[in-house]
Amino acid sequence: MNYLASVGSYAIMIREVFKKPTKWRIMKSLIFKEIDELIFSSLGIIIFISFFIGAVVAIQTALNLTNPLIPRNLIGFATRQSVILEFAPTFVSIIMAGKVGSYITSSIGTMRVTEQIDALEVMGVNSLNYLVFPKIIAMLFYPFAIAISMYVGIFGGWMAGVFGGFLTSEDFITGLQTDFVPFHIAYAFVKTLIFAFVIATIPSFHGFYMRGGALEVGKASTTAFVWTSVVIIILNYILTQLLLG
Amino acid sequence: MIEVRDIHKSFGDAHILKGVTTTFEKGKTNLIIGQSGSGKTVFLKCLLGLFIPEEGGIAYDGKLYTDLTNDEKRDLRQEMGMVFQGSALFDSMTVEGNVMFPLEMFTKQSKSEMKDRVDAVLKRVNLIDAHHKFPSEISGGMQKRVAIARAIVMNPKYLFCDEPNSGLDPKTAILIDDLIKEITEEYNITTVINTHDMNSVMQIGEKIIFLKDGLLEWEGTKNEIFKTDNEAVTNFVYSSDLFKKVRQMYIQEQN
Repeated sequence: MNYLASVGSYAIMIREVFKKPTKWRIMKSLIFKEIDELIFSSLGIIIFISFFIGAVVAIQTALNLTNPLIPRNLIGFATRQSVILEFAPTFVSIIMAGKVGSYITSSIGTMRVTEQIDALEVMGVNSLNYLVFPKIIAMLFYPFAIAISMYVGIFGGWMAGVFGGFLTSEDFITGLQTDFVPFHIAYAFVKTLIFAFVIATIPSFHGFYMRGGALEVGKASTTAFVWTSVVIIILNYILTQLLLG
Repeated sequence: MIEVRDIHKSFGDAHILKGVTTTFEKGKTNLIIGQSGSGKTVFLKCLLGLFIPEEGGIAYDGKLYTDLTNDEKRDLRQEMGMVFQGSALFDSMTVEGNVMFPLEMFTKQSKSEMKDRVDAVLKRVNLIDAHHKFPSEISGGMQKRVAIARAIVMNPKYLFCDEPNSGLDPKTAILIDDLIKEITEEYNITTVINTHDMNSVMQIGEKIIFLKDGLLEWEGTKNEIFKTDNEAVTNFVYSSDLFKKVRQMYIQEQN
């Protein structure tokens, strides 16, 4: 019953976010600030993880290709498919749920605890629009981060494959180009956009409606990460079934 | 002027306000006192329009809040200033940014006009060199003064303060009290202060209401509070030996 009430409250929150907009001059600066906080400040960790995961995928594939009849360019093919279809959109999103999600929950939760949200409400500001809307808009740029993740992941696979002596650069590139389905890119970006909305709103919900003090802010961040990850995993299954099934 | 007409407010089974009727006059500092759990905060939040009473109503200069359209309610909110217990300053903004915030949100003033207004109110609250400091870099008393500056920057008709002296040393608390009283008279606004501080009651309480178990137990001025026979009020206000002695001295002086 509690879960149902939370889903209802979440839906009401989303409706309120798009009501009574904040002055554009202020909203514009909030959006730029959030793009910096949520997207640019995450690029480092995204690039780092993507590079090494791409490399590991390439090595794992190479080490499991024991049959001499299977061409070595399969390493490039497998790296591309793994990175584009699952690693970049889904697993980077789960990492972002931890990094960005906990930032969102703790920053909004701290504002709740210190009465800053009450101060906004008293002034007549739509606090949900002021706090959550810029995060949703900023997360529209998340697919760019995922595009970088895809590129770096594949590059990591190429580096590990070629410099690890598993295959030649030409073989890897041939594998990358084999049976390429452009719709897979569209599928990845559709998933990414939906996950971006989830990453922006679920942690905001947990921060905005939290009660208590500093300890509860920490608990809310953890709960937000768990629920954001759960929703991403479930949506990943549903979207894969709908778009590729 | 704010007229409170028999307001009731409940949360689930808990009946917090059980029919409070009173009036807060313009140009006066009105104090709400009462023990923890007496309904003071809920009452203040009803006055701010954050909680809507189930019964009764609150009229601001004759206009009943519940009769207002959404736009009128928004306009009314902009005529209210609020000083929160913990100051509630936006910690990611400088002092100047905090005070400028309502102007940026609700006016079409140019940047230089807003800066002039911010300078004027910061000067009014005796904060001159703190423009570019963040709330975490200034003292509690200075934070309260910034909160007051933010509350009055839009020239409000109504000023609400929730425990403005909490966490301050006695000297700073008196300065804040005096500042609120001076601003109330200077701007001719209706000020309502929620407080536990008996020094404030004695110093600036032009009208005091005492809430007990969600009911208005007593109302009067700071002079009347010395003479009252109401046991609940005397037990609350004169709970310390010092205040008991002050009261005895006052009564002896009057006789």
